[in-house]
Amino acid sequence: MHELALAEAVVAASLKAAAEQGMSRIERIDVRIGELQRISREVFEFALREVMPAADSRLAGTEITLEVEAARFRCRPCGNGFSVSDTGGPASEDEAEAIHFIPELAHSFLQCPACGSPDFEVTGGRGVSIERLEGS
Amino acid sequence: MDPRLAVIDRRLEGVERILAVTGGKGGIGKSLVASTLAFGLVQDGRRAGLLDLDLTGPSDHVILGVESRFPDEKFGVEPLDAHGVRFMSTTCFAGDAPVPLRGADITHALLEILAITRWGSLDVLVIDMPPGLGDALLDAVRLLRRAEHVALATGSQVVLETVRKNLALLRRLDVPVAGVVENMARGPDGAVRHAAEEFAAPYLGCVPWDEEVEAALGDPQRLVSTRAGAAIRAVGLELLGAA
Repeated sequence: MHELALAEAVVAASLKAAAEQGMSRIERIDVRIGELQRISREVFEFALREVMPAADSRLAGTEITLEVEAARFRCRPCGNGFSVSDTGGPASEDEAEAIHFIPELAHSFLQCPACGSPDFEVTGGRGVSIERLEGS
Repeated sequence: MDPRLAVIDRRLEGVERILAVTGGKGGIGKSLVASTLAFGLVQDGRRAGLLDLDLTGPSDHVILGVESRFPDEKFGVEPLDAHGVRFMSTTCFAGDAPVPLRGADITHALLEILAITRWGSLDVLVIDMPPGLGDALLDAVRLLRRAEHVALATGSQVVLETVRKNLALLRRLDVPVAGVVENMARGPDGAVRHAAEEFAAPYLGCVPWDEEVEAALGDPQRLVSTRAGAAIRAVGLELLGAA
């Protein structure tokens, strides 16, 4: 599963940031997952456990919180604001899977429910980001 | 903080060289040259990959005759096997659907592809760059710092105008340029060679205009046996110092 690759990215970026900030131990990592990634919290928690290097003392007892942010869109031609559910969602499992791999393919498979345009801005709920890193 | 940035170099650590086929102008044969270059390198015993960075208008799959399908997932995604070339493109996910992206969407899609694709060990990763000097080129330069650019040009003044700007931009960004390839050449013309000299870039070779190419699309074995294909293969050997 490609969630492992994203989980590995979270761990690698946290360790890099901790080194830059002079932390010898990371106490807490707050992660935000955009709804567009279509990654379940349980799967991502499993992925994080899988990639966490057990022998790395900087990560001993680190608490990781996950927040899933709802996706929001704003249509450029008509200005309508909408959510994934407003569009009716992807029409097939393959379309859902494509968006799961590359969230920007929402532009290929979702349209503005008001005017039908695929030209919309993603105003929230995409990507994976580290919102906060705490350590000592 | 976007964590994907932290793993891009790790995903590419098994790749010895990255060659980005660029040129700025659309319709000058970047996809044909990039695809044939990658396949030719495999034919010459190299481990080659091909990344179609023309996210909104991919065509390498047509040239190599690759049927779109989701890549296998294994701690990320595995590139498709395209006649021995490890291949990745938005078409693997979007199939025949249009991919209308702009601005930040292009950056995010590129980041996602680079963060999840596991290229493994390659001698060369060829990147088919999109036309223009916009988002995709700037992101590729930012995210793939060790990519060497191979500029494609034809003898047309219209093309050379843009290729010069492309080369000037790469020079300003301190990006390595592996050389300049003349494409679709209809006869002796020193204009492309002159442009390469202007930018102190090696002139890597001349690919002739070849009526046989269109009929060979989708059949890479036939493609490399055309006059154009053979010339592109020779460019590959020149680039890898094996000519």
